[in-house]
Amino acid sequence: MLRDIGLSNIEELFRGIPENLRRKELLNLPSAVSEAELIAYFKDLAARNTSTGYTSFLGGGAYPHYTPVIIDTLISRSEFYTAYTPYQPEVAQGTLQTIYEFQTMICQLTGTEIANASMYDGSTALAEAFLMASRVTRRTNVVVAENVHPEYREVVDTILKNTELSVSTFGFTDNGTVDLSKLKIDNNTAAVAVQSPNFFGCIEELQSIADAVHKAGALFIVVIAEPMSLGLLKTPGECGADIVVGEGQSFGVPVNFGGPYVGFFAAKEKYVRNMPGRLIGEAYDAKGQRGFVITLSTREQHIRREKATSNICTNEGLVMTMATIYLETMGRRGLQEVANQNLQKAAYAADQIKQIKDYKLRFTTPFFNEFAIQCPDSANKVLGRLLDHKIIGGIDLGKYYPGLADSILVCVTELSKKEDIDKLVKALSSGI
Amino acid sequence: MIKKATTHISQNENLIFEKSRPGSAAFSLPALDVPSQPVEKLIDKNLLRNDDLEGMPEVSEVDVVRHFTRLSTWNFAIDLGLYPLGSCTMKYNGKINELIARIEGFAKSHPSAPDSLVQGSLEVQKTLEEYLSEITGLPYVSLQPAAGAQGELTGLMLIRKCLEARGDARKKVLVPDSAHGTNPASAAICGYEVESLKSNERGGIDLHVLEEAMDETVAAFMLTNPSTLGIFEENIVEICEIVHRKGGLVYMDGANMNALVGVARPGEMGVDVMHLNLHKTFSTPHGGGGPGSGPVAVNETLEPYLPVPRIVRKDDGTLSLNFDRPQTIGRVRAFLGNFGMHTRALCYILTLGREGLREATEAAVLNANYIAAKLKNIYEIEYKGQALHEVVFSDRNQQKFGVRNSDIGKRLIDYGFHPPTLSFPLIVTGALMVEPTESESREELDFFIDAMKSIARECEIDPELVKHAPHNTRIGRLDEVSAARKPVLRWQPAKEAKTA
Repeated sequence: MLRDIGLSNIEELFRGIPENLRRKELLNLPSAVSEAELIAYFKDLAARNTSTGYTSFLGGGAYPHYTPVIIDTLISRSEFYTAYTPYQPEVAQGTLQTIYEFQTMICQLTGTEIANASMYDGSTALAEAFLMASRVTRRTNVVVAENVHPEYREVVDTILKNTELSVSTFGFTDNGTVDLSKLKIDNNTAAVAVQSPNFFGCIEELQSIADAVHKAGALFIVVIAEPMSLGLLKTPGECGADIVVGEGQSFGVPVNFGGPYVGFFAAKEKYVRNMPGRLIGEAYDAKGQRGFVITLSTREQHIRREKATSNICTNEGLVMTMATIYLETMGRRGLQEVANQNLQKAAYAADQIKQIKDYKLRFTTPFFNEFAIQCPDSANKVLGRLLDHKIIGGIDLGKYYPGLADSILVCVTELSKKEDIDKLVKALSSGI
Repeated sequence: MIKKATTHISQNENLIFEKSRPGSAAFSLPALDVPSQPVEKLIDKNLLRNDDLEGMPEVSEVDVVRHFTRLSTWNFAIDLGLYPLGSCTMKYNGKINELIARIEGFAKSHPSAPDSLVQGSLEVQKTLEEYLSEITGLPYVSLQPAAGAQGELTGLMLIRKCLEARGDARKKVLVPDSAHGTNPASAAICGYEVESLKSNERGGIDLHVLEEAMDETVAAFMLTNPSTLGIFEENIVEICEIVHRKGGLVYMDGANMNALVGVARPGEMGVDVMHLNLHKTFSTPHGGGGPGSGPVAVNETLEPYLPVPRIVRKDDGTLSLNFDRPQTIGRVRAFLGNFGMHTRALCYILTLGREGLREATEAAVLNANYIAAKLKNIYEIEYKGQALHEVVFSDRNQQKFGVRNSDIGKRLIDYGFHPPTLSFPLIVTGALMVEPTESESREELDFFIDAMKSIARECEIDPELVKHAPHNTRIGRLDEVSAARKPVLRWQPAKEAKTA
């Protein structure tokens, strides 16, 4: 090939790079590892994740749920996972139709009118929701409840810090839900964001919050970290949410040490031109055949550059596909069944735990699949002793809320067997 | 004559909602093993939904499998053939990466688990950080950003925090007019004004233009190297010096790293911070639009500001997450980054090893130059310069027949290829940016070259054929104008008469 194009050696191809920048030695990295040795290497590493040998009650924004077998079968088709972004619709209808179905189901689950093709995750979706609300209302203050996932709030602070937006917060009651009396909004408030179920697992009364927010002319954002709850709970859309964002990881995506996940972003149709992210719409060819295309791209970075609604380009395509397949596989009745199992198992666990001497439920508000328990000792100590029983009891809330250093956030899903829950109860009861 | 592709029967498939039938089910769950309580006893009725999840599909497992299998056959994919997409680096996605990413110990590890119980995942990330540091020549790496654009935003935030810490907050970022759209978009979110610099006659950075624009109000210069034309910025060292002399920092967009791995290191060029695209250079799959991963690599100056937490190795050799980073910019996302892409990228690096990484770069550059040599007399190359891993043609020669770059792209589909990157960078007239990557054999490249030559002939003798392409796909060109005018972004159930 070199000869064919008139060169005599590979080095000539790099003559555009100044000689003193061109490496003479190879990089200081290992030599190629054979396939079998690579598999052994990674299996060995994975085995060092001893957490999989423990009974875990960890949630807090990453939820272990059952993932039907066919999800992996289907997304392992190379036409899905080795496909490019669907900029050329004639050869990408598989991807485009999948996104359209995803957008539709997100709207149905959240009670909204339009949804985009995905964001990176729930935390960045919330940050983008605030940016969007500011564009829509032309106001610069945003408010977030303190019982929204702490890492989500950190992300909001980090991303909004360099914009003209200011972030304020408002607190929660002894019941774990937002304290509306602490909500300060005025005619510079672009939006107020609340999470439901919130970080403590408590279900918020969204309608009353919506009313308060709308009175000030601000937008109401609801963020959902555990969308499995939408199998049971009234939609945020119905409760007055203008923008609904959240984390789709619960829909068939393994917890996978934190990623890749998939954020969803939905809103009222009238705000579509201010939405970030890709939007897929219906379109027809000259023969009248229906297809799907990326549409309204004048909002996006490749057209509008610094005036774009967001800088997002690559989002979470294949993970969105997994979530779509999950939602279609579980379907209407499956989602209701999973939601119910989560609810019932968590209720059972909570009932058993509150009967243990010196243990209480920290909040009395109804919950979906997560709840906080108040321990007779520091959460840190209790969790440490549970580890000796090969149980990861949950999240130490003291990590994020100094006043809750005696409380553990316990998550129970459909994957938690009764015997696992009983094991946790027994371990806590054994006077540790 | 089309040699590489033939039309074939493909299945039709409607929307899943159009196949839904009440009572069908595809799921299977174990029975509830705890006592069941009435839902309304646990949650107040007015907090419960009352629509019975209407509209959510009810289909069988066969329906779901056929649905997505059929849909998949309508996609082009790397495993089918060449995607000559400039700047996207559509290389082969190793299958071993898929196997190891799915190992249960990784898939089931929870990001909030105690450090001592997830040493394997932490080791994967720490090792990848070290390897990426070696490859870039920049000592510190964060794997937190979820994609290239997020990496860019992170890098700019690091710069901003660093300058603020010096008491020297500045308000502008310089960006070449050839830059990818995410560059100015990210700068805007970071609160910077964006000033676009005109490229020189070779499509590179004009030192005089830069010198004039660079002053104490400029926080950073964002550049892509090799440029978005695939040409190495030979003055890179001086470019960095110009910026540094006035107290600014240099951000390098690493989208084109496929031309440099094992050959040259940005850290040695004076770059302060860069991002990498694991879904480009490091072979993690494109997935139809993600997931990606956009790690940032930085020098000593910017290290204190990196996103939190950082992985540290304790004296006993174990790894832990350090949250005590007082100068951090904070978090750019919840948890620890797109871990699934980290395992795959690490596996890729080890599969190739130090020799293979260098060979891959050489092959990528050779392949692009081969295409350039064979087509340069047919498709104009506007900017002269030694292209590395990608070459940018323009449609100028074909314009006289009324044919544009997008038409040529669409006609390539009939020939069995995906179109190249079109109309980017903006400084080229009707750009066709071609990046074959190292994964392509000579045979596939020759098919591509023949196809491009054949299409050029078609432009002369039968331009209408090209202008109305593709002809052999299931669906023709879609009316995107009408789609945007009256957007329909979701399926709706048919309106039924409400019963009393």
